[in-house]
Amino acid sequence: MTESKIHFFAKEPLVALLGNPNCGKTALFNLLTGSRQKVANYSGVTVERKEGNLTLASDKVIRILDLPGAYSLYPRSLDERVTCDVLHGRAAGEKKPDLVLCVLNAMNLRANLRLVLAAKRLGLPCVVVLNMVDIAKRQGLQIDIEALANELGMPVIPTVGIQSRGADDLKAYLSQLDWRNLATLSNTSIDQGDETVIAHSEHIESDNIQVQRILKNLHLDHVIPDHFSDRLDTVLLHPVIGPIILTVLLFFIFQAVFTWAVYPMELIKDSLDWLGGLITQFLPDNWFRSLLIDGILAGVGGVLTFLPQILILFFFILALEESGYLPRAAYLLDRLMGRAGLSGRSFIPLLSSFACAIPGIMATRSISNARDRLITILIAPMMTCSARLPVYALLISAFIPHTKLWFDLDLQGLVLFALYLAGILGAMGVAWLLKHFTSKQFKVNALMMELPSYHLPRVSNLAISLWQRAEIFLRRVGGIILLMTVALWALSSFPLPPEGATGAPIQYSIAGMLGHALSIVFAPIGFNWQISIALVPGMAAREVVVSSLATVYALSSTGADAASALVPLISSTWSLATALSLLAWFVFAPQCLSTIATVKRETGGWKIPIIMLSYLFFLAYLASFITYRISLFFGLG
Amino acid sequence: MFLDQASLDTLFRVKGVLASETSPEVRGQLEDIGFLTGEQVTVLRKGLFGKGPILVRVGSSTFALRENEAKLIELETVAP
Repeated sequence: MTESKIHFFAKEPLVALLGNPNCGKTALFNLLTGSRQKVANYSGVTVERKEGNLTLASDKVIRILDLPGAYSLYPRSLDERVTCDVLHGRAAGEKKPDLVLCVLNAMNLRANLRLVLAAKRLGLPCVVVLNMVDIAKRQGLQIDIEALANELGMPVIPTVGIQSRGADDLKAYLSQLDWRNLATLSNTSIDQGDETVIAHSEHIESDNIQVQRILKNLHLDHVIPDHFSDRLDTVLLHPVIGPIILTVLLFFIFQAVFTWAVYPMELIKDSLDWLGGLITQFLPDNWFRSLLIDGILAGVGGVLTFLPQILILFFFILALEESGYLPRAAYLLDRLMGRAGLSGRSFIPLLSSFACAIPGIMATRSISNARDRLITILIAPMMTCSARLPVYALLISAFIPHTKLWFDLDLQGLVLFALYLAGILGAMGVAWLLKHFTSKQFKVNALMMELPSYHLPRVSNLAISLWQRAEIFLRRVGGIILLMTVALWALSSFPLPPEGATGAPIQYSIAGMLGHALSIVFAPIGFNWQISIALVPGMAAREVVVSSLATVYALSSTGADAASALVPLISSTWSLATALSLLAWFVFAPQCLSTIATVKRETGGWKIPIIMLSYLFFLAYLASFITYRISLFFGLG
Repeated sequence: MFLDQASLDTLFRVKGVLASETSPEVRGQLEDIGFLTGEQVTVLRKGLFGKGPILVRVGSSTFALRENEAKLIELETVAP
């Protein structure tokens, strides 16, 4: 079905920020709009769209749109495609900008000026913003702003993106603009629509000649080296010391994610339990109370518990990104990733997947190579997300003895580490296999990654980004996850058990019947019917398996105390082989439904999510089967 | 000479960028990020034993390139 849409645009003027990646555009956007930002996606594509309002001195409000960073106006990645479409006024649901602010990094005029020239050709009203003038001055780079404006034939406003008053000149300039008559700022439009490859290639050559001329006229045609970043790089990118520092750093981040999160997670759990208690006290025992407690509180609450871990991991990723280290980590890991047929660019999405596969899969948008992006999406679920941790914790504490090995190493900790490692190795193996099976035309994968200068991350920028992450996560929990939790609750609750039934009510429900049917499939890998039933609601979120097991074993407890009550019960009724097999299952286990939904959205169809589901199911089954049979062989049944 | 054979910390200029047979789009990408005729290029760092991606300064930006990307970029020496 096709539907024609009528769009209503806000009457406030729309100002688009255009610039190369690493030109300090986002810091400037934060300065202009503060925390009043709206983060969403562009219509039809999952490219993050950031918009904010700026109130000018005249009390006029303008809307500011932070376009994805681009090196040229010839679209090569999804991000650049969106930037081009918006500027051409072609993007669905987007108004053509009234004014374009071309953001230049004063330290890197050469590359940035080419984009300005391309933007000028669009014929839109254009103003140049010369950002990071403070750093340029400190490094001895004197830019004659008036001369630059004359050369370009456009107004040039200097800014300092990292100072709280650094955009005051720009705000003053925007305040005195005649917004009803911006045409004076526009340049004659030379081309309409997309450039062809040949036209683009010609433009870029002639633009380059023009840029070289401008730089020469301004006496800026010598390259000033960035001594500070270069000196840091001699250590951080050293072929031996560099990887060691990276490993230590990653180890520290993981430690922090799991130890710092303990207290806030307890707090969330306790308040959920308190809420559950309150509901039990004041509501009669009926289906509605069950929906609230067993459905919504157990499911959504269980996912919510991971918010602290996700935020801590994102805090580190954002801080490393702002400082300029993250692309360097990708550079260091490129060779390793190259063996598996990926590039260093896949590192950031995969790292995020350790908190949760959903933000990880969403982060693959920055990978311009379609094949690399797809493979990264396919293997992201194998990175052990934190939702698997409660399941691991339950099984390890029930079955693995708490003994100390050499060097004070804890056996339980070692098993946990092995499970993480198994996921990583599995992912690399799958990527390696795919490398050999995907067609030859895709074989060259690009790195081509810019390493920006180092700078100290700014607290306000970090805070804004972190808040946006939290908001996106909470919106998901409130939307799709809530919906699926309720659906699975219904499956696990209806039909009601017959009169005089003795077993747990879930046994008689649709989920119970499914579980019983599944137990035939799962018998060869050592799963009993209780486990099989628990796996069904576990599709909502992994950690729900723990509370479902509690339900199946007819424990009245929900949430926090379910695990502690379960430990003695399962350790006495399950064999070690079954427990190990279940651990192996969860290393590869098919993803939760929210991940599947995210993959469907990101890849625009059911093909990839179905491929992902089936291959993960196959791998999980295989791993469990091997684990179970080997364990039986060694008499652990 | 091509960028993958260039010696460390030596200044070169870009002579041109070739289109690779298997992925012709790489040429445009390299041009977009600044590998344009006449631009100054220096190799800052190579991987261990000369393997792995190289670190290149082009103009005033720094990029990490893979070997198969570097070998498309033709260089000429700069008279000292």
